[in-house]
Amino acid sequence: MTITGRLRVRNLRWLFVVFAALLAATTLFSASPAFADVVGEDEPFRISGNVKNQGVPLEGVLIMVTGGGHDAQVRTDAAGQWRIGVPEKSTYTVTLDESTLPDGIAVVEGSNAQEVEIGPSGRITLNYFIGQGERNVTSFADQLISRLINGVNFGLMLGLAAVGISLVFGTTGLSNFAHAEMVTFGAIAALLLGTTVALPIWAAIPIAVIVSGAFGWAMDAGLWKPLRSKGLGLVQLMIVSIGLSLALRYIFQYFIGGGTLQLPGANTEKLTLFGAVSMSWIDIVSMAISVIVIIAFACWLLFTRIGKATRAVSDNASLAAASGIDVDKVVRIVWIVSAAMAGLAGVLYAYYRPGIKWDMGAQILLLVFASVTLGGLGTAFGALVGSIIVGIMVEISGLWITSDLKFVGALGILILVLLVRPQGILGRKERIG
Amino acid sequence: MSSDVAPRQRVKSTGLHIGDAVPGVAKVDPILIADSVTRSFGGLKAVDVEHLEIPRNAITALIGPNGAGKTTLFNLLTGFDKPDHGTWTFEGRSLAGVPAFKVAQRGQVRTFQLTKSLGLLTVLENMKLGAKGQRGENFWAGLFPHVWRKQEDAFEVKAIELLTRFKLDTKKDDFAASLSGGQRKLLEMARALMSDPTLVMLDEPMAGVNPALTQSLLEHILDLKDQGMTVLFVEHDMHMVRHIADWVVVMAEGRVVAEGPPHVVMKDPAVVDAYLGAHQDVDLGVVTGRYAGELTGEASELASEIQGLDHSPDPAGKEQTT
Amino acid sequence: MDWLQILSNTASSIIGPATIGYALAAIGLAVHFGFAGLLNMGIAAYMAIGAYSYAISILTFGLPWWAGILVAMGGSVVFSLILGIPTLRLRGDYLAIVTIAAAEIVRLLFLTTTFDKYTGSADGLSGYHSSFRDANPIPPGTYGFGPWTYNETGWWVRIVGLVILALAVLIVYVSMRSPWGRVLRGIREDEDAVRALGKNVFSYKLQALVLGGVFGSLGGVVYAMPSNVNPGVYGTSLTFFVWTALLLGGAATVFGPLLGALIYWGVMTLLSNILPALVTSGILPFMSTTQAQTLRFILVGVSLMLLVIYRPQGILGNKKELTFVK
Ligand SMILES: Nc1ncnc2c1ncn2[C@@H]1O[C@H](COP(=O)(O)OP(=O)(O)OP(=O)(O)O)[C@@H](O)[C@H]1O
Ligand SMILES: [Mg+2]
Repeated sequence: MTITGRLRVRNLRWLFVVFAALLAATTLFSASPAFADVVGEDEPFRISGNVKNQGVPLEGVLIMVTGGGHDAQVRTDAAGQWRIGVPEKSTYTVTLDESTLPDGIAVVEGSNAQEVEIGPSGRITLNYFIGQGERNVTSFADQLISRLINGVNFGLMLGLAAVGISLVFGTTGLSNFAHAEMVTFGAIAALLLGTTVALPIWAAIPIAVIVSGAFGWAMDAGLWKPLRSKGLGLVQLMIVSIGLSLALRYIFQYFIGGGTLQLPGANTEKLTLFGAVSMSWIDIVSMAISVIVIIAFACWLLFTRIGKATRAVSDNASLAAASGIDVDKVVRIVWIVSAAMAGLAGVLYAYYRPGIKWDMGAQILLLVFASVTLGGLGTAFGALVGSIIVGIMVEISGLWITSDLKFVGALGILILVLLVRPQGILGRKERIG
Repeated sequence: MSSDVAPRQRVKSTGLHIGDAVPGVAKVDPILIADSVTRSFGGLKAVDVEHLEIPRNAITALIGPNGAGKTTLFNLLTGFDKPDHGTWTFEGRSLAGVPAFKVAQRGQVRTFQLTKSLGLLTVLENMKLGAKGQRGENFWAGLFPHVWRKQEDAFEVKAIELLTRFKLDTKKDDFAASLSGGQRKLLEMARALMSDPTLVMLDEPMAGVNPALTQSLLEHILDLKDQGMTVLFVEHDMHMVRHIADWVVVMAEGRVVAEGPPHVVMKDPAVVDAYLGAHQDVDLGVVTGRYAGELTGEASELASEIQGLDHSPDPAGKEQTT
Repeated sequence: MDWLQILSNTASSIIGPATIGYALAAIGLAVHFGFAGLLNMGIAAYMAIGAYSYAISILTFGLPWWAGILVAMGGSVVFSLILGIPTLRLRGDYLAIVTIAAAEIVRLLFLTTTFDKYTGSADGLSGYHSSFRDANPIPPGTYGFGPWTYNETGWWVRIVGLVILALAVLIVYVSMRSPWGRVLRGIREDEDAVRALGKNVFSYKLQALVLGGVFGSLGGVVYAMPSNVNPGVYGTSLTFFVWTALLLGGAATVFGPLLGALIYWGVMTLLSNILPALVTSGILPFMSTTQAQTLRFILVGVSLMLLVIYRPQGILGNKKELTFVK
């Protein structure tokens, strides 16, 4: 074994060296700037334009398009032209990254970030006029602060979803992949109540949260409780949750289609706080709601009888059962609470993105898992800390890396944390033997 | 329970230590030496062993109350857990920081208190997995059966021999998951022996094994010693400890509180207080008639109590044991 | 409704490149999960690495197609090492989350415009076929019978795919019966016990990850070989679909992944033909044809749940050998 094992290791090491070299070579090559004039050919609508400096086309200028939950970027070709396909017929913000212009010139007419609306033809053209001039730059500090605020907002939202996953994990041991769909469910419920039923939004949202809680109750009563009694293993339960997640997400798509829908009031004006830092009323209210709900949740967990029972069950379910706690009842309540909080997270996320999409929950599921893992699976407060770290990191990393890679950093950190502390930041080790 | 498995009388190893039998005493020929090994969980010091030597080619029992830190010490010594600090050597080579699998490869093999049988492998596969130096365990060699077939057949013969000794040979093609709790203990022990270890560390090998089999297990453990192996085992049944151990180490609250030959240690008042309690001196096997043996005065008294004979209890006799 | 056409399409899917690709990926997953107990939720990343490595080595580096396959295998080995070294010490559920996160990182890296020159970002890659087709020894023409009638290119892809598949099955079959496979199955049951027997558990897990990963990436190659590389394919859903195929056939069996992939694609092809036909002929009046296509994926989700609950050992698995012990 020793000799063969060593041989094997040597083989692996050899392979590793060769391919590490290969990988290094690839990364070196890809460090040179990439050019593409067309992005998203398959999308039905198109935004396009020209970037010229007094008639001379500029190549390699970065254009970014965001809106309706869609993000894309492109660089101009040798003729200074660019095209981006977009999925919705709605309003997009097109930004020209002035740092990619040659030195000394800037956008001279209008701002470098402009709103465009796709017209009836399904296409729109936007030309930038470049010349000698002052660049429209946001100071680094302003950018940092504004991203920090967004990050906290996003983190709190993740936190609402993360404590739920964490509570369910703590009390039942289930890593619930279908939690993502509970997030989407909340947003869709608010949409139905707010548009189809036409309730005012201040009534629609609380009712949507209540409906989400009911959904959580139904899932535990109809699926998870019977499966627990059937004695399914944890890995089995996890894969059941994956199946459920797939089924639910396509059920949503079945009913709302593949596009993006907006909640009432999603496009409110931004208020400038100071410098280039601006926030909309929705953002402010959303943060306030998150903070209030999280504090209420913490009080519930710390001071109420059921909250204490929940912690006891998380700590040691059989001991809790032996000391007279009705574990099934606690688990049922945990499902209701976490589903309601996930639903609320969904509503807030629908405003943050902005837009409701059938797989919106699945898009942030991994960030939620990252948060929970960062805090240690099964510890509710750990999950909260983890969420805020992840939220801020996702936003801040946008200062240095392109927006289509902003989740990569957070997921990378997840792997790094586990490398150092396999049980998460606040989790504890299990005993052997 | 068959009555004909009376224990064969064997000579206990004596003269293992140098000087007085105090905790941490030096041994004539130690195989394992641990120095200031500590491990705490939160505020709890689960293991705090100043100095401990395990004598070679002898049977050492590790006893102590529940939660004394015996299993934790096993985990530390075998590389399954990392101590806060401390060093230990096995056959003169340091084992601190050596991963568990290498510890086992060096010949220090353990079993677990909570059995770890590999449920969805057959009993025979479990056994074969225990063998050392298998050619077919290399991926590339594994693809060519002619490379390892012969060796495999040899392992099979050896495995069946061991299984027969442990009365598991009829189960060899069953999944290990279908075995009873006691049978799993036996399987785990047999599997550990497949690798011809130098030091066998058994964590409560007899728990859950029926008395008849216990008797033959004790025989096996004694055989191991005859074959030149060293045994370190954790056990709560004092009768067994007394029967087979050459040396006893007592732990309480993470520390080694006493050590010495069994008959000496079991009279140590500290040990009696901390762990054994009243009637510890009585061989319960003899009292209940399981073994033929000479009943001491105290034991006959207890036997009569148990059997409800009309000997009036002697208050003075009780006082002796407190 | 043209029943003959529908049945013919379904029958044809049995040896389609998609089926072969899924079967290879499912075999890889069987090595990971069924035999070694590694909860790998990132098999889509392996397929993406296979497909992209193949296409990029042909398009960017001008390598011949067979070298593209070797690079794809190499790429998956590198990914296994990068993924495995930090994560293989983790407990099952953590490993699932980490592998799914790693797969998402890989997908985002292929999707970003930063490496557009090589990956084609959102558009993916296409037009890498000439080297492969030039190597085709089959003279031009159509061959076969009934639903299995393809032109020379169609057959060439299928033959290469089936040869790779056969090799993979052979390797898994032999290695899982060897002492090497026994150590892996032991690790699946209880890695501490195996460690106590002196086996380098970490090294074995890494070897299993590498072996299964190579099959996964070959699956990606075969899947993309006849068509194009589309980044939309390699999301978490693909991982879940492959899992469904695997559990359908039986996770701890050698032929289960094959059967599972076959049934998966058979049923998917059948439904994608039948459901829209039912809608247009008015039998399912309450849904649109798009909804009918979505319905298929709802059914995949539901069947994954039912499988795990009622028949976790899959079609070919032995009830006693169900792999969910912990
Ligand atoms: N992983 C762990 N985390 C926290 N505490 C632990 C852990 N492992 C052991 N302990 C604690 O350390 C102490 C010693 O435990 P250990 O299992 O070593 O006892 P033991 O002597 O083997 O007892 P027993 O005879 O009951 O098997 C106990 O109080 C136990 O609760
Ligand atoms: Mg113990």
